[in-house]
Amino acid sequence: MSDLNKLGLAEARDLLRKGETTSVELTNDCLKAIDAADALNAFVHKTPELALERAKAADARIQEGDAPAMCGLPIGIKDLFCTKGVDSQAASRILEGFKPEYESTVSQQLADAGAVMLGKLNMDEFAMGSSNETSVYGNAVSPWRRDGSDAELTPGGSSGGSASAVAADLCLAATGTDTGGSIRQPAAFTGTVGIKPTYGRCSRWGVVAFASSLDQAGPMTKSVRDASIMLEAMCGHDAKDSTSAELAVPNFEAMLTGDIKGKKIGIPKEYRMDGTPAEIEALWADGAAMLKDAGAEIVDISLPHTKYALPAYYVIAPAEASSNLARYDGVRYGHRATLEAGDGITEMYEKTRAQGFGPEVQRRVMIGTYVLSAGFYDAYYNRARRVRTLIKKDFEDVFAAGIDAILTPATPSAAFGLGEMTEADPVQMYLNDVFTVTVNLAGLPGISVPAGVDKQGLPLGLQLIGKPWEEGDLLNTAYALENAAGFVAKPGQWW
Amino acid sequence: MLDLTYELPKPKVISGAKHDWELVIGMEVHAQVSSNSKLFSGASTKFGAEPNSNVAFVDAAMPGMLPVINEYCIEQAVRTGLGLKADINLNSAFDRKNYFYPDLPQGYQISQLYHPIVGEGEVLVELGDGTARNVRVERIHMEQDAGKSIHDMDPNMSFVDLNRTGVCLMEIVSQPDIRGPEEAAAYIVKLRQIMQYLGTCDGNMQNGNLRADVNVSICLPGQYEKYQATQDFGHLGTRCEIKNMNSMRFIQQAIEVEARRQIAIVEGGGKVDQETRLYDPDKGETRSMRSKEEAHDYRYFPDPDLLPLEIEQAWVDDIAANLPELPDAKKARFVADFGLSDYDASVLTAEVDAAAYFEATAKGRNGKLAANWVINELFGRLKQEDHDITSSPVTPEQLGGIIDLISADTISGKIAKDLFEIVYTEGGDPAEIVEARGMKQVTDTGAIEAALDEIIAANPAQVEKAKVNPKLAGWFVGQVMKATGGKANPKAVNQLVAQKLGE
Repeated sequence: MSDLNKLGLAEARDLLRKGETTSVELTNDCLKAIDAADALNAFVHKTPELALERAKAADARIQEGDAPAMCGLPIGIKDLFCTKGVDSQAASRILEGFKPEYESTVSQQLADAGAVMLGKLNMDEFAMGSSNETSVYGNAVSPWRRDGSDAELTPGGSSGGSASAVAADLCLAATGTDTGGSIRQPAAFTGTVGIKPTYGRCSRWGVVAFASSLDQAGPMTKSVRDASIMLEAMCGHDAKDSTSAELAVPNFEAMLTGDIKGKKIGIPKEYRMDGTPAEIEALWADGAAMLKDAGAEIVDISLPHTKYALPAYYVIAPAEASSNLARYDGVRYGHRATLEAGDGITEMYEKTRAQGFGPEVQRRVMIGTYVLSAGFYDAYYNRARRVRTLIKKDFEDVFAAGIDAILTPATPSAAFGLGEMTEADPVQMYLNDVFTVTVNLAGLPGISVPAGVDKQGLPLGLQLIGKPWEEGDLLNTAYALENAAGFVAKPGQWW
Repeated sequence: MLDLTYELPKPKVISGAKHDWELVIGMEVHAQVSSNSKLFSGASTKFGAEPNSNVAFVDAAMPGMLPVINEYCIEQAVRTGLGLKADINLNSAFDRKNYFYPDLPQGYQISQLYHPIVGEGEVLVELGDGTARNVRVERIHMEQDAGKSIHDMDPNMSFVDLNRTGVCLMEIVSQPDIRGPEEAAAYIVKLRQIMQYLGTCDGNMQNGNLRADVNVSICLPGQYEKYQATQDFGHLGTRCEIKNMNSMRFIQQAIEVEARRQIAIVEGGGKVDQETRLYDPDKGETRSMRSKEEAHDYRYFPDPDLLPLEIEQAWVDDIAANLPELPDAKKARFVADFGLSDYDASVLTAEVDAAAYFEATAKGRNGKLAANWVINELFGRLKQEDHDITSSPVTPEQLGGIIDLISADTISGKIAKDLFEIVYTEGGDPAEIVEARGMKQVTDTGAIEAALDEIIAANPAQVEKAKVNPKLAGWFVGQVMKATGGKANPKAVNQLVAQKLGE
């Protein structure tokens, strides 16, 4: 067989189980594809030896009839996850050369499930960005191009490398993390599936922290079924993360019946925003119609505090980040500036952090420091926390009223060109998260499903938001939408 | 429990050039929780380990590491709160106090600013002269200790030891109810005593396991009473905080020095700046730690890595039900049950092990006699060799045995001291030693009488003098004791001497 890298997790798993291929073959095809795709700048630390070692071990387990859920399936890991002995630098200069002595819980669970790590994936620095352009490695590039254009497009961010790698078939799936939309927006931009589970589903232990109360890991895959398989392997209670939920993990894949008859799908009027392209509006309406055709009831709902979500998010996330990133001080690991005679500890901090952090990270650390400072704390941070409570309550109210899931656009536009936003006001970039941040603020599960292409041939995604801890039900609704949308487009290989 | 009653101590008054001034003192005591592992990591808290050997990934703030609360530490904070008769908050939460320093790897200290685990309590502070004051405790919160920066190992480098980083501290914050240096020291002594009874902090100040920040202000006589009546701090002077002191002596010196500094400023027409100061014991002065431009803004906010801390009343009740008897109660009981003086009861209850030793010794015996023996003989002897009560070579059973022999008139008090020394150095059963070494006192009045008669016969002049001045009878008692090798029963000798000389 050839081009095994083009398979999804479920297909590859079934072939492996039938003995029709091996993990080593799968892995080799992925490694070949990765080596041929440097133009995408998706994999920033490649680990071929480690991958083949794990692939061989997986093949042995399969032969012994002891194959766990993801045995032998090659995947990529976002650079935000600490991976033992492998560079893990959150796409930041400040963690240059950092090789952790520990493995994040999520990547360990994936390894325990037999998954084969191919390497580390590009991302925005410390997951701060929506275009992968803040990375110290340089931006990842989307495999997609507008019809008739060779302008390079963003794969989205922050999990841009993950999205690009999955969309370009460099791996079967990848991990992402999502603080304000960092899984769902890149998934939507690249025609892939990305789910952010309920806050507390996936352990944050060993994942470099951006905003602790918002960060969640999740899978980025080629199908909803693949997302189900991989999410199950990633989540579960972890005593090392106090915010991890002590809940059993259901068999998500078994819940994919495609039957959503009688489910109530809410359409929130506040997500109809000025300036949203007509194509997005149309896609949203199409999505609702598809779900209706599949037997769901479509209900207009209101989430009245939606408009405050983005400002609240851009207070809370930087506030937490400013504190979480204080540990990068040049004292114990990572980059330390070369000092001059007479420089003291203050100069060491200032020079190290000025050199180690890129402009976007510096901007957010400064915003966060400002909103937490004496005299501004109540006006910003505390007010944002109150808004967050109200946003959460908006969702609780509609779920209490019988809504099973909420359908919204995933992004306000299709992927934009790299560099197009460089000169823009940073707020323009932040607006990318307008449909996704509410979900993080409320701690809910959200999934982006590819649902169509725009008139330039670029993929567009729809977002489904579910009830807390009901990822299984959410995945099933997404599965129904995926079936109905029948999205099959793939980027042409130009790289 | 019996309450002992006390007079209030007089506040310390310092005479300035123009006025008399009173002192107002509040304290923040940092007590290291006696736990095997740190507040948020499994690393050991053992003192004196190789630098940076007791450091978990989370203590070193490695990327992606998360804190997980140590339940044992919560229990110790609750026990301490209950020991200070304080309100226990079933809902508390952790906040981050953000600042940069190399011995603070996270760049923030996890503490409890907004919702501490323990609320208001009180400590009865005795001054040892029959006066005592209830000092109100405002709160106790849990927090992480920082590491240690070492600046004197190399001319160009500083070093950091993270062994202490993340160790659980209880910060015990008092109201400004302390009125002088001696009271400040007595407050710490009492807090330490209570925590040692509870087993929540070993109180070792030398190792830094108990440190204090002291807030000092001055006011004119009468102002403090206005503050007490209104709780309006406006009646008090501006306070300065003297940081991080771990010596009882330095704390007292620093308070006095700082008060005098403030008096000089105010009497000179100046204003005291509210600031943090350090005490320099070599120069005998306090000095400002940082200028205003560097004033810290700690940007406290709730730690998103930790859920709010919820504990159950039933759990608290269970801890309360299993608290040991505390110093005040024990002291009152010793006074009531053993007839001890306030002073002896204080000495015996100062340390929980000593109190237990005394109780075991005094059980079923004369309490006062037991107290004398424990305090005067045993403590004195232990001190000579720098032993503490837990390593006493004499057990309560042995000391009790000696006391029994005294009470039964089997041995005299003088012989008892010799016996004690034998038991202390050689061990053995006191009764058997007395028997084997012929140390029993002579109660046979015939033998005593014979010895006395001999002495009377040999010293007629003394007899005549003694008949005029009965105080000289003691000389005859001494001679009889000498003649009998100290074994004569002093009571019997006294009686016989009085009888014979009176004849």
